[in-house]
Amino acid sequence: MSGALHELGVAALSRALAAREVSSVEVTNHLLARINAEQLGAFLHVGSEAALAQARAIDARRAAGETLGPLAGVPIAHKDIFVTAGMPSTAGSKMLAGYASPFDATVVARLAAAGAVSLGKLNCDEFAMGSANENSAYGPVRNPWDPSRVPGGSSGGSAAAVAARLLPAATGTDTGGSIRQPASFSGITGIKPTYGVCSRYGMVAFASSLDQAGPLARSAEDCALMLSAMSGFDARDATSAERAPQDFHAQMLQTREGATASRPLAGLRIGVPREFFPAALAVDVNAALRAALAVLEGLGATLVDVSLPRTELSIPVYYIIAPAEASSNLSRFDGVKFGHRTAQFADLAEMYAKTRAEGFGTEVKRRIMIGTYVLSHGYYDAYYLQAQKLRRMIADDFQQCFASCDLIAGPVAPSVAWKLGAQDDDPVAAYLADIFTLPASLAGLPGMSLPAGFGEGGMPVGLQLIGNYFSEGAMLHAAHVFQQATDFHTRCPAGAQ
Amino acid sequence: MSAPALIRGYEVVIGLETHAQLSTASKIFSGASTAFGAAPNTQACAVDLALPGTLPVMNRGAVERAICFGLAVGAKVAPLSIFARKNYFYPDLPKGYQISQYETPVVQGGSVDFLLGGTGKTVHLTRAHLEEDAGKSLHHDYHGQTGIDLNRAGTPLLEIVTEPDMRSSAEAVEYAKALHTLVVWLGICDGNMQEGSFRCDANVSVRRPGQPFGTRREIKNLNSFKFMQQAIDFEVQWQIDRLEDGLKVEQATVLFDPDSGETRAMRSKEDAHDYRYFPDPDLPPLVIAPEWIERVRAGLPELPGAMAARFARDDGLPAYDAAAMTQSLAFARYYEAARDACGRPKPVANWLMGEIAKRLNAAESTIDACPVAPSTLARLVTRIDDGTLSNNGARQVFESLWSERRDDVDALIEVKGLKQMDDAGALEAIVEQVIAANARSVGEYRAGKDKAFNALVGQVMKASQGKANPAQASDLLKRRLG
Repeated sequence: MSGALHELGVAALSRALAAREVSSVEVTNHLLARINAEQLGAFLHVGSEAALAQARAIDARRAAGETLGPLAGVPIAHKDIFVTAGMPSTAGSKMLAGYASPFDATVVARLAAAGAVSLGKLNCDEFAMGSANENSAYGPVRNPWDPSRVPGGSSGGSAAAVAARLLPAATGTDTGGSIRQPASFSGITGIKPTYGVCSRYGMVAFASSLDQAGPLARSAEDCALMLSAMSGFDARDATSAERAPQDFHAQMLQTREGATASRPLAGLRIGVPREFFPAALAVDVNAALRAALAVLEGLGATLVDVSLPRTELSIPVYYIIAPAEASSNLSRFDGVKFGHRTAQFADLAEMYAKTRAEGFGTEVKRRIMIGTYVLSHGYYDAYYLQAQKLRRMIADDFQQCFASCDLIAGPVAPSVAWKLGAQDDDPVAAYLADIFTLPASLAGLPGMSLPAGFGEGGMPVGLQLIGNYFSEGAMLHAAHVFQQATDFHTRCPAGAQ
Repeated sequence: MSAPALIRGYEVVIGLETHAQLSTASKIFSGASTAFGAAPNTQACAVDLALPGTLPVMNRGAVERAICFGLAVGAKVAPLSIFARKNYFYPDLPKGYQISQYETPVVQGGSVDFLLGGTGKTVHLTRAHLEEDAGKSLHHDYHGQTGIDLNRAGTPLLEIVTEPDMRSSAEAVEYAKALHTLVVWLGICDGNMQEGSFRCDANVSVRRPGQPFGTRREIKNLNSFKFMQQAIDFEVQWQIDRLEDGLKVEQATVLFDPDSGETRAMRSKEDAHDYRYFPDPDLPPLVIAPEWIERVRAGLPELPGAMAARFARDDGLPAYDAAAMTQSLAFARYYEAARDACGRPKPVANWLMGEIAKRLNAAESTIDACPVAPSTLARLVTRIDDGTLSNNGARQVFESLWSERRDDVDALIEVKGLKQMDDAGALEAIVEQVIAANARSVGEYRAGKDKAFNALVGQVMKASQGKANPAQASDLLKRRLG
């Protein structure tokens, strides 16, 4: 079955591995060959030998009769924002070129403990700042559906690799949409869980109050399997939620009360925020979304008109809070202890200035400048404090909505993936395109993107679902039901068959 | 309270900020050890080095010590306090920010009482907050480069800030000593000033009486009481000189140079940092439940003030003595043990304040290192009390107890032949001899010359080779001479 190995998602591959129809070494070798031939720029590091060693170990354990978990032997790769002990960890930055972390991120360690085979590190926007994966110091990532277009960002390498069938699943991080938007642009499924569900320990910090890890895969089911292994309380992250380990796959399969075979979503109230369908929403996205909502309705869900009145404000709020935290989080990159240090300097001030001028890219510098400004004496109250107040109000708006609905649905992005370089001269245009993912990030709510159709140029369109805190199970269930009724998530880019 | 003494017509105003290193085994936000003196960077873990991906986790032991301090100074222990980031670049600050508390500290208000020249004083506290220490820059032995030692990075500190309540360097020093006593007493800080476990910054200004506060200059990093006094005294004179010359005092941060005895400006207000404080998103607000506070309260030791009051009330000690007995918990424990063993509080206090304090000071040592055990001192006091030893004899015995590390008081008295004569018949015989041999003195005494009586007592002591009890000898002489 080797010819179709890369077509298998996590669940299908897991079943094939458990049935010993295929070995982990076989699928690992198969995917490594594809990865070594890839032209998308998705990978920053490929750890073939270590991966094969892991695969062999899993195969041996299975051969010995051990009962293994669903991820055992399944190849994955990590966004290079996660630090890894055995592979370089760059965060897409020249600042960390060749940086060797002495420890694995908690998410990486948990997936390894679950038996997932790590094939390498995936390209991303520098320090996860960007929504097109054009801000990586190691070059852009291309969209497998159209290599002249961006895959989305900042988890662009993760999204492109999964879409191009180089991997059944990958890890990503989402600060303002960095899992959901590339999943949408690349025609795959991605989930950002509730803030605190996945440990941030070992994620190179961008904006600590927003950063959250999650999986990118081909289906809600695959995401559920990944998320179960990635998540859970971690004493090393003080913002980690103290709760029992969750089986998201079981939760995803949970039938709703009152559900019938033809109406599995009966009783589910889906809120459709009117602010998520503005006049500026691209026609193709609007059409795909309306059709997807109709599918959900057909599956028994009730659509409810709701309002998130501060949706537009989420852009300035996010672009104050995230850079503020980033400006502080990135202060440790000073050339003193690790990472890049400029070759020649006269004194300490020059060492700092040259090191950071050389090590950081344009977008990172821009956000450090913004963040430093909004935290400065005399501006703090007008910007940072005001943004925090609005953030609270945005979270409250969601709770208002959840009084009348169980899930919220809308677009992930205002358009399909754009062409590489299209937004080079207009960073604000890129910021504006984050409008539909930022609100859930600011509120700390779980959100996901699932393929919902195709638009201009045959590019994928994603449907965003947003749930209330810790309602990943119900959200995954709705997504899974949708995917049982549609085949968008099974479509494959032409070059990736 | 009397008006503060003026210096050249100026009133001195001082506020202190004290960094007390908390005595936790591990750091405030990581599991690395806080032990002092290890080889550079051997006690710095990934979190202390600020490696990418690391996160801080609050050490509950540090919070517990802050609660303990708050309760001891009668402050409000905040049910919710916030950690903030203080952002600045320095090579020994690995994250590029220090985690501290800014707008909402864990300890709010409170006060410290102490004696200044026999008068009770109270200094009010503004706040005390938890924060992490930075590492150290090593400027020597690196061939023109600067070495960084991050062992100290992340060490828990409690920064204790006073109101500008002090009016002299002496008062500032007495406050600092009382605070030092308290934190060591509570067991929340080892108080080792040489290792930097307890260090002060002094905010000093001067003004004409009745005028608003003058502009302050902050003297950084005073790590001895002596330097604190010298630095403040110099600073006060410097500021008055400026004002008398018609110049202004500019706000500045200054350092004290112990070699020259002078303070010199380190940076002025113009180049003050903008620290861009903001709540640390890595740390949720610090929530302290009432039950936690009560648990700490239940474990609090008797505080020095309360103990001193008890010594004055129950033991009849003068206030000065009672304060001296509570200069440290170890000192108080010593006093109580010796007092209980002999039942004579005041003589025990006298020995502790006299002979023992003198010798400890000379050795720059503390009561923990006292070679004479409390029970041994008690035995000595008992032997004076029961007339076995004269004060002079007791001093000789004490010398042996101290220098020869002896603990056998009675054997020493025996060996040294210091036992006072308690044989009334023998003493009477000596008295008779002395009266017979000193007719002139006897005559003078009878004529009303008291001095002559002292001479006769002296003769009795001499004739008894110092073994007579002077009180007894004096009684006998008086009775005999009518």
